Amino acid sequence: MTYHVLSLLVEDKPGLLTRVAGLFARRGFNIRSLAVGTTEIEGLSRITVVVEVEGLPLEQITKQLNKLINVLKIVELDPSQSVQREHMLIKVRVDNSTRSQILEAANLFRARVVDVATDALVIEVTGDTQKVEALLRVLEPYGIKEIAQSGLLAIGRGGKSISERVLKN
Amino acid sequence: MPTESTPVPTPAPPARPASTEPPLLTGSGAILASLEKLGVTDVFGLPGGAIMPFYDELMASTSIRHILVRHEQGAGHAAEGYAAASGKLGVCIATSGPGATNLVTAIADAHMDSVPLLAITGQVFSTSMGTDAFQEVDITGITMPITKHSFLVTDPADVPGVLAAAVHIATTGRPGPVLVDITKDAQQKTAPFIWPPKIDLPGYRPVTKAHGKQIQAAAQLMVESRKPVLYVGGGVIRAGARAELLAFAEATGAPVVTTLMARGAFPDSHPHHLGMPGMHGTVPAVLGLQEADLLVAIGARFDDRVTGKVSEFAPHAKIVHIDIDPAEIGKIRAADVPIVGDAREVLADLLSAFQKAAVDTTPDYADWWKRLSTLKQQYPLGYTEPDDGLLSPQWIIEKIGEMSGPEAIYAAGVGQHQMWAAQFIKYERPGSWLNSGGAGTMGYAVPAAMGAKVAEPERLVWAIDGDGCFQMTNQELATCTINNIPIKVAVINNSSLGMVRQWQTLFYDGRHSFTDLNTGHDTVMIPDFVKMADAYGALGIRVTTKEEVEPAITLAMETNDRPVVIDFVVSRDAMVWPMVPQGVGNSSVQYARDHAPEWDRE
Repeated sequence: MTYHVLSLLVEDKPGLLTRVAGLFARRGFNIRSLAVGTTEIEGLSRITVVVEVEGLPLEQITKQLNKLINVLKIVELDPSQSVQREHMLIKVRVDNSTRSQILEAANLFRARVVDVATDALVIEVTGDTQKVEALLRVLEPYGIKEIAQSGLLAIGRGGKSISERVLKN
Repeated sequence: MPTESTPVPTPAPPARPASTEPPLLTGSGAILASLEKLGVTDVFGLPGGAIMPFYDELMASTSIRHILVRHEQGAGHAAEGYAAASGKLGVCIATSGPGATNLVTAIADAHMDSVPLLAITGQVFSTSMGTDAFQEVDITGITMPITKHSFLVTDPADVPGVLAAAVHIATTGRPGPVLVDITKDAQQKTAPFIWPPKIDLPGYRPVTKAHGKQIQAAAQLMVESRKPVLYVGGGVIRAGARAELLAFAEATGAPVVTTLMARGAFPDSHPHHLGMPGMHGTVPAVLGLQEADLLVAIGARFDDRVTGKVSEFAPHAKIVHIDIDPAEIGKIRAADVPIVGDAREVLADLLSAFQKAAVDTTPDYADWWKRLSTLKQQYPLGYTEPDDGLLSPQWIIEKIGEMSGPEAIYAAGVGQHQMWAAQFIKYERPGSWLNSGGAGTMGYAVPAAMGAKVAEPERLVWAIDGDGCFQMTNQELATCTINNIPIKVAVINNSSLGMVRQWQTLFYDGRHSFTDLNTGHDTVMIPDFVKMADAYGALGIRVTTKEEVEPAITLAMETNDRPVVIDFVVSRDAMVWPMVPQGVGNSSVQYARDHAPEWDRE
């Protein structure tokens, strides 16, 4: 399976997310993750979407997205040219015999413990997809009770910004 | 409302003349004023609760003619027919809830066929939205996949800007339907009416001028090609590129095919014309594409009804794909030379590039034309007389075309009669052929013909309809009679859902499951179309014999004080040929039943 990370600069209009999500659904494009937030410019939002590309060129997806009137710009973010992060909260089962091992694992991954109970810990981890998945694998034998995960966030490396040329027009 | 903090009105400085102040209008008044300023002269609609404030304003308009339809779908198709016949924007209006949902089919139709359509719907009070209020539906949500864009207006101050933006989006780039949903309170409240409004669409910039390099590459392919075909789609008509296409085809000497949506974009009488390609295309057009070494697709989208099995479509051809919508290029078939631009501008540029390229390489299509001429000679469009002694539908349609001529407008429904009308009427100009190509909407003909007649009152307008289609939208005959819109309806009455019946005959062992409509020969004839015409105040004529055909058409053409309905009772066994069965390559085209043309299979 091939994944691509697209960053969409969009006008913050009612129904915008529905337009984007609906387009993916009806054209048969699969979304792996989606993250929406504000930008440094008022009235503009940024959607980071990870799309599954199989048997369908990425070009067709970006062209269809570009047809949405409220989509201003689409950039594909290559992993080597961008910083990509996921954010996850993991509730893991603990007891007196496993607590120290789990804390150690969390430390190794530079994850933080954000809630402590006698029978569970909530661990917060930030990182690229591989790191987050690796931590999950380590924690799995202890018993993962619950996870909450954000969509992937991504931003291009270097001085350029996605909104630069959009603003000029 | 006391809880809302409204800016304190400041009195205008005394030096400033009062006339520069924008007038205060209700949202309804702003809709009307905006439409007037946008040049709208005709609208089709039907009022209801949530759009009543606007209708109250509309009553006073002297520059906008409103035509009260009998069903909102009729308003939608009428606006489509109006747009397709004239090239102008079509406008339809409905109330909230079911009024709006009744527009949905027409909006989808306009979306598939790139028709510039503005649909204005009333919406419940903004304060009631989301509460399942009476006649509330989320019409912007429902129509999201079938509109080019949509707007919800809850503030009267937004009306001028939104309507101007909506019209801009609907009519530029690849045209399409735009829906503007306006809440009742936005129609009732007042706001300063500022015109011209600022249109703020930073994400919408259609490209019309193509890249010079690509044009040159396309021209080079043209001169090197030995077997080119210009594959012309409806985009040429929408772009108004008829003259440019003609000039390009004549200068290059290349053959032309016109798709169902492009009938009339290139004159049928022109020797370069091979006819319509696709499932029911002519043999020269279908095989011309199959054997070509170069396709220049212009405003065409490689629809499955044209390509047949895509992997076997035009297997030896390189592709130059010209379209104003970048997403069409490479969607179905990869393009060797993609050209994004307006067909009119691109064809003009391509012509001069071709002429330059032809200086070094002289194109030679002589052998190609030899082959195509043989195909044209061997496989002209034709039909056989039915065995049952009943009228031949093809002959009737051909006759209507001959007697009415190329200046008339022909709107078809969907099915066998549509294909015959596309095949046997000779089209010479864009806008003379209206049909539902992409969506395949039965019931399109009567309201579309009505809209076309409103747009082009001087022209003779025919609805070539089927007995199935006619029963879906014939209520608009009332609209035609009362508003003095004298269209002619030719009901090609084969007493069945003919195209489905044809498929049942061919592919379902002749099991005619639920396709019998009982309207024709040897049936109870329910409804009786002549009586129905009479009930609507139209002239009804029944034709059952060959001798009656010409006099009936003549009488219809001479009758202009009311609509005319001719009930042509025809054979139900007539079939549409040639045909490429679904799911196979176009090389399997059958000229007639069990009769495949010979050609070089490599």
